[in-house]
Amino acid sequence: MFADLALSSLPPEDEALRASVRALIDEHVASLPADVRARSWQGHDAAFSRALGAAGLLGLTLPKAYGGGGRGPLARYVVVEELLSAGAPVAAHWIADRQSAPVILSFGTEEQRKRYLPPICRGEMFFCIGMSEPNAGSDLAGVRTRAEPDGDGWRLNGQKIWTTHAVHSDHMIALVRTSGTPEDRHKGLSQVIVDLKAPGVTCKAIPDLTGDAHFAEVFFDDVRLDADAMIGGEGDGWKQVTAELGYERSGPERIYSSMVLLDAWIAHLGAVGRADDATAALVGRLTAEFAALRALSIAVTTRLAEGANPVIEAALFKDLGTSFEQAIPTLVGDDLAGHPDEPVDPVLHRTLFHVAHVAPSFSLRGGTREILRGIIARGLGLR
Amino acid sequence: MARNELLEQFVRVLDEHCPPDAVRAIQAGGDIAPMWDAFVASGFVDALVPEAADGAGLSLGEMAPLFQAMGRFAMPLPLAETMVARKLLAEAGTAWPDGPIAFVTGCAPVPCGLVATHLLIEAGDVLRLVPAAELTIQATGVHGSLAAWIEGAAKAESAVIAAPFGGLRPIAALCRASGIAGAAERLLEMTVAYANDRVQFGKPIGRLQAIQQQLSVMAEQVLIARFAAELGCRGNWPSPAGAAIAKTVSSGAAATIADIAHAVHGAIGISVEHDLQLYSRALRAGRLDEGGETYWAVRLGRERLAQAAGSSLDFVRGLEA
Repeated sequence: MFADLALSSLPPEDEALRASVRALIDEHVASLPADVRARSWQGHDAAFSRALGAAGLLGLTLPKAYGGGGRGPLARYVVVEELLSAGAPVAAHWIADRQSAPVILSFGTEEQRKRYLPPICRGEMFFCIGMSEPNAGSDLAGVRTRAEPDGDGWRLNGQKIWTTHAVHSDHMIALVRTSGTPEDRHKGLSQVIVDLKAPGVTCKAIPDLTGDAHFAEVFFDDVRLDADAMIGGEGDGWKQVTAELGYERSGPERIYSSMVLLDAWIAHLGAVGRADDATAALVGRLTAEFAALRALSIAVTTRLAEGANPVIEAALFKDLGTSFEQAIPTLVGDDLAGHPDEPVDPVLHRTLFHVAHVAPSFSLRGGTREILRGIIARGLGLR
Repeated sequence: MARNELLEQFVRVLDEHCPPDAVRAIQAGGDIAPMWDAFVASGFVDALVPEAADGAGLSLGEMAPLFQAMGRFAMPLPLAETMVARKLLAEAGTAWPDGPIAFVTGCAPVPCGLVATHLLIEAGDVLRLVPAAELTIQATGVHGSLAAWIEGAAKAESAVIAAPFGGLRPIAALCRASGIAGAAERLLEMTVAYANDRVQFGKPIGRLQAIQQQLSVMAEQVLIARFAAELGCRGNWPSPAGAAIAKTVSSGAAATIADIAHAVHGAIGISVEHDLQLYSRALRAGRLDEGGETYWAVRLGRERLAQAAGSSLDFVRGLEA
C-alpha cells in the first residue's frame, strides 16, 4: 500500500537555500521571545514578508516570468521548514504564497497572473481564503454567498466567517455560488477574487481565546466585481478548491505548529539539567515521531514535485502531523506540572498556554480530522 | 538489479516457501530444513555479504524492503539476522555456518531462538558465534512462539569478532522494526478486505464511519512505521539514533495496529484457523523484541538532550549527515 511513496532526500540545490533563510531569521526573528515565535503562521509582519520577497524566498514554485523562483516544491519545503522551525512571523504572505498564487497560476488567465503573481512574489500583496460561512463549514456545498451577473461583471452578496487574516489582507479568493442553490451541492460554485477595499466589503475581526484576533467575519453588500474577477470557469469552483486543499495539506506546516514549544521545553530541560529516564523517554518519543513525520512529509512533497497528486497520502500525513502537534502541549504541560519544584521561565509558561489553547485548531484548518479520515477510508478502497 | 526487481524476486521465493501453512508448521515445531534450504539455495541469505566474499554486497538501505517483506510473510526463521551475521563474519574474514543464526543482545527471550543453529552473542566489545548445541535453550511456553530463553557462556573455542559500530542491538532492532512494518502492512490489507466483505446491518461494515475512522488511524500508523523503519535502514550500517527512531515509532505503532485489526475482524480474528493471528502475534512480539519503544526513546532522548540548546530540526538533519 502506498508503494509510490518512498523515502527521499532533499536535493542539494534546495538544501542550499537554508543559509539565506537563516540569515533573515537571525536578523528578524531569533531575538523574539518564544511565546511570540510560537504564533508563527499567525504572526503578522508585513516588513518581514517583504524582506523574504526581496531575498527571492517567496513564490519559489512560480515561474520566473511572474517574478517567481522557477523552483520546485522541495525548494519551498526547505524555506518553509526553516521559517516554521524558528517561529518566523509568516502570516502576512502565508496564504498568498501557499495557496492563492498556485490557484491563480493553475486556473487564472494570463492577465490575472501578470496582475497578481509579481506582487505576491515581492511580499507586497496579501490574500485570504473565503471558504467557510455560517452554514458551510466542513460541508462547503452549503455556501450561500452569491455572485449574480451584473452587466459584464458580477454583484456579490453574502457573508464569510472564520476567514484567517482577512483584516490584514488585500484580496480574498472566495468560493461563491454563481448558479443554483445549496441543494445543487457542488454544482454552481465558482471562485472569485474580491478586492477587500472595494465598496460594500466589511471585515470584522473575531477575537480568539488566546487574545489574538486572526479570524474575521467578512460581509459583502452589493459588491461590484469586474468580469475578470472570476478564476477559472464558472461552476468549476469545487474542482479548483479540492486541488487547492491538496497544496494546503501536504506541506511541512503540519508538523511544526508546536515546534517552538517543543524546542523551548527541551532547552529548559538542558538548562535545569534534567535527564532522568522518564524525561529522556518523552524527549526521545517526540523526537522519533518528528523525524519519521518529516521523512514522510518529504516523501509526499517529492511526489508533488514529480507531478503526482497525492491526495490520500497528504490526508494521512496531515492527520498524523496534527496529532503530533496537538500531543506536544499536552505532554509538555504534564511534564512541567510534574516537576512543581523546578523553576520555569515565564516565557515558557506563556508559550505552553498559547500553544495548548490554539492546538484544537490544528485539526480543524485545512479539513477536519474526521473529514480527512473519510478521505483516507475511500482511498483505502472501503466501499 | 533494480530495487523492485530484487524485491519481486524475493517475494516469489517467500510466496513459494513461506506460505501461512509452512509458518504454522514451523511454529508447531516442524522441520525447518525445507524452508531454510530454499532460502540458502535462492542466494538471498548472502545478500549483505560483500561481493569480494561471493555475496551480493547490498547495502542496508537496499535491503530494507526485503526485511519488510519477511514481516509480510510472518517469517518464522531468523533470516534477516542471518543475513546480517554473515555480513559481519565475512567482513571479519571468519567462516560462517550453513544454518540460521539468531542474535543475543541481552537477557530477554531471543527472537527465533528455537530455530537457530547458532547464536551470535553480544559480549562487550566483541561478538561470539556459538553453536546452539553448546547452550541451554528453553522455549518460552508462549503458544506458537519461536523465541527462547538462552543460558550458558561461550566456550573458549567459539569464533570471536569485533562488535560493529554501535554494537549488535541497533541492527537487531532494525530487523524487528522492519518486520513490524511488513506485518503491519499485511494486517492492513487483510482488515480492509474484511471490512469490505463482512455484511452487518445490511451493508459492508467498511461503510460505517466508526469503522472507517479506525481503519484510517490504522493506515496512518502502518505508514509511519514503514517510514521510521526505512529511515533507520538508510545507508550501509545503522546509527544507534536511526535505529532508535525506527524502533520507537514502529514499536509505538504495533499495538494500535494489532488492536484495530482485531477489533474490525471480530471474533474470527482470535481463532487459530484465521491467518490474522500469525501477523498480530508477530506485532506483539516484534514490539518488545530488542528493546521496546520506551527503551529506544530513552536512548534517543539522551542524544537529543546532549544538544538541548539546538533545534529539533537541526538534530534530525544532523542524523542524516
